[in-house]
Parts: sequence; structure tokens; C-alpha cells
Amino acid sequence: MNNSFIESGNVAAALAVKLASAEVIAAYPITPQTPVTEKLSEMITLGEMDAEYIAVESEHSALGVCIGAASAGARSFTATSSNGLLYMSEQLHWAAGARLPMVMCVVNRGVGAPWSVWNDHQDAISQRDAGWIQVFAKDHQEIVDMTIKAFRLAELVHIPVMVNYDGYYLSHTYMPFELPKAEDVKAFLPDYEYKHTLNPERPESLNTVTLPDARVDINGVKRPGYMEVRKNLHDEMRLAMVVWEEIDADYHKSFGRGGNPICDPYCCDDAEFILVAMGSLANQFHDVVDQLREEGYKVGVLALQMYRPFPTSHIAKILQPAKSVLVFEKGLSYGNQGALYADLKSALYPYPARPTLHNFITGLGGREIRTENLYQSVKDTCLNEETLKPEHIDTPQWIGLQL
Amino acid sequence: MPDPRFKILTSASTSGPGDAGRTGSWRVERPIIDYSKCTPAKTGRHTCHLCWLYCPDSTVSKDLEPQIDLEYCKGCSICAEECPTGAISMVSEEEFTGGDKDE
Repeated sequence: MNNSFIESGNVAAALAVKLASAEVIAAYPITPQTPVTEKLSEMITLGEMDAEYIAVESEHSALGVCIGAASAGARSFTATSSNGLLYMSEQLHWAAGARLPMVMCVVNRGVGAPWSVWNDHQDAISQRDAGWIQVFAKDHQEIVDMTIKAFRLAELVHIPVMVNYDGYYLSHTYMPFELPKAEDVKAFLPDYEYKHTLNPERPESLNTVTLPDARVDINGVKRPGYMEVRKNLHDEMRLAMVVWEEIDADYHKSFGRGGNPICDPYCCDDAEFILVAMGSLANQFHDVVDQLREEGYKVGVLALQMYRPFPTSHIAKILQPAKSVLVFEKGLSYGNQGALYADLKSALYPYPARPTLHNFITGLGGREIRTENLYQSVKDTCLNEETLKPEHIDTPQWIGLQL
Repeated sequence: MPDPRFKILTSASTSGPGDAGRTGSWRVERPIIDYSKCTPAKTGRHTCHLCWLYCPDSTVSKDLEPQIDLEYCKGCSICAEECPTGAISMVSEEEFTGGDKDE
């Protein structure tokens, strides 16, 4: 078992990026992502990793460098957190619209103001419409596996992939994980080839201005306009779900880990009450489910690993038979509801038999999420389900407020 | 390699005249070259050619007497600005259309 490690989530991510043979890394340090970039630059300096580390002056530039590198045919990687991700926002849309395959780890952290260096999901949630694929890891092993698979997904579907994992809960805690062998990863992840690789022999202007209508180019070929390019991104993001499942099946064959790469159910088969969460919170719920099952409540938890594209039919299939669904999340669409809750609600709407839905906001800015509070929230809902009014049910309940 | 099921539509173009239409119709002022001041024309040697180099729309030829493709010249006047001998002047299009803007 010489491929077993006990390390932090950030180091797990860096080791996965090394195994994936990323060729260009450009990143700007920000808490709690910093150790990823430190580890990568250390491995490059020591000659353990053959890549170019480009120090930049900002996150906007970091993603700009990755956009340039990916356009030139280099496998690129960056990582950030919180306001750093928001500073990249313009470039996020660009990378997706230009269909550039690249991988970014987002070590999830609350967004300022007020400042918080601690964990929640608002950074990634606020960028959900940028056209990036977004996946959420639950533990260190998933950080490793997801990061390696993310490079293959990005390069097959030509859409950038954001691998999210919780700041501190995962980034700075130490957990055991296994690394696949380097030669096996090489076989799993073929060399990167970009469809429009910059080539002086064949000059092209990339991502040129589009007029409102599709137009005929100088060779008489009708070229897609803005709307066609955007429709294609949407369609192929939906199709990327299928590819993600195929990649996972292949990964399982090669490395023995995988199954349920989109959403991972725990005790959901006969569950009347299903809890839904993303990231490490989903694992924390296993204890709540085990306890409530002992008390005779039919409870299960569904961990959502893929948030964009949103796996509408996967979710509906698992949740539709339940009596009630409880969505716990660390981010919200201000002035409306939890973003995940609203997405989930819309996924279930077309089905005639729908469970009732409950929304819980928890752990913002690193507020401690106590398992007993989760347990109590679930139990109260199970007990009072029949008496709750619809408008109460549809209003987010905040767990752990102290004032 | 991309998956063959994916079309991966982007906006890209190869260089060539007219990819944004006949941009000459945008022009308000027309560049006129005085060959008695133009370095290649005067010396009979392929030298200078800064107008050819700087034209953002590649409308200036690299001839000894540089020609401007008025189908695509937008009249930006960069050539006139860059010409070291002041051989290029910008003349209002009205001079050529007799004041009829809808020519």
C-alpha cells in the first residue's frame, strides 16, 4: 500500500494535478487555497514535476494565463477561493465561451463583505452561470479522483471544469487517501489536444466579434453566430453529464474506485425523508441518518457531486418517490432562496407526484455546523411535516444563528 | 482529443478581405498618397512601407507606389499618422461624392 497517504486536501489536490501532468500552472495565493499552489511550485522547483509555474499579479491574470496556455495546446491548471474566484469572473465566461479545456480547484470560502476566510459555497454558487462544469468533492479521496477525471472530462467536451472542495473542512484537515500510479494515470488521460491550437502555419483569429446574425465567412461557409455558439455550449454541457459517467466507469475499471459520479445516495432506497447536500456536509449527514434510522425514521442522504450541468433527471428519479426532501446548503441566491433548493424544486416540478421540499441554510462564513443541530432540524421536520404551512415550508430556515 | 459527439462551436476566422463585410462604406475621410513624398515611390526601393505595416485592415499594398483598397479601408487615418514623410493626407469623402453622402 505504498500509494496510501495521510495528507491535507490541498496536498491531495496538488498531487492529483501532478499525476495529471499539468503543463502550465498559473495561480495567485489566497486563503485557504494557498497550500495547493505552494505544493505545486515546490514540486516544480525540486524537479519532481515537469511544468511551467507562472507567478501572476492577480487571479484575473492567473486565468488569463491559463486561457493563453490552453489555446496554445498546454494542459493548464489554476486554483483559487472566494473573492479570487470573483476577480476571475470575466475570464471564467471567456474560458467557457472559447471552449477551453482546463481545470481549476476552488477551495470554497465565504465571500466578502464582511471578510471571512472560512468555508461556505457562495463563491462557486455565485459563478454557476459562467458556463463551467462544477463538481463538488466530499472527501480527500474524491478530491484526487475528481481532479484526475476532471482533466479528461474538460479535454473530451472542451468545457472548463471547476473542482470544488470545502475550505478547512477538507483543504486543511488530514485524511487518508490513495493515489493511482503515474503510468496508469498517463494511460487513462491521453495527451491534450485543443481543437483550435494556435499554430503560426495556420493563422486564425479566435473568439472574434460576432454580429447579431450568423454570417458567411470569406470561404463561403456559414459560421455560427453568438446565439448558435451559446446554444451549443448549453447543449454540450448537458451532454457532458453522459461523458462524466462514462469517464467514471472507465476510472472504476482502471483504479477500482467510482460509481455514482453525479449524485451519490446513502440509504435512499426506501427513504421517506431525503436530505440533500453538497461537499463535506453530505458526509457529515451519514451520522444523522444512522442515528435517525436507529430511531425508526426512514431517512437517507443524497450527496450532489455535479452541480453544473444540473442533473435534473438523476435527481428527480431518486427524490420523486420520497415523502419529503430537505435541502441543506451553504450558499443562497439573495432575495430568493437557497440556489440549490430552487434548482432542485424546478427539477421536480414536471413530475405529477412531488415530495414536499424544505430549505435550510447553514454554515455560512464557517459558522460551526453541529451534527446535533442537523439531527434536530431533520427530526423536527419529520415530526411536524403534516402541520407545516406551505409558505413556511418554502422559506429558508437558518440553522445555527446566534442572535 | 475532443469526443466526436461534440461540435464545439466557437467563433473563429482565418484572415482575408471582407470577413466583417465591405468596411469601406464606413469611411468618412479617404487617405490620398502623394507619391512625390512617399519613400518607396521616390527611391524606387522597397523601404519604409509603414502604411502597409500599420494598416489594421491590411488594405495597403506593398507596391513601390502603395495602393489602398477602398472597398475595405475604413478611413481610420493610422497610415497618415504613421507616414514619416507626411505623404498621406486625409480628404473628406464629400470631395469625391460632390457632397452627396448617399452615393
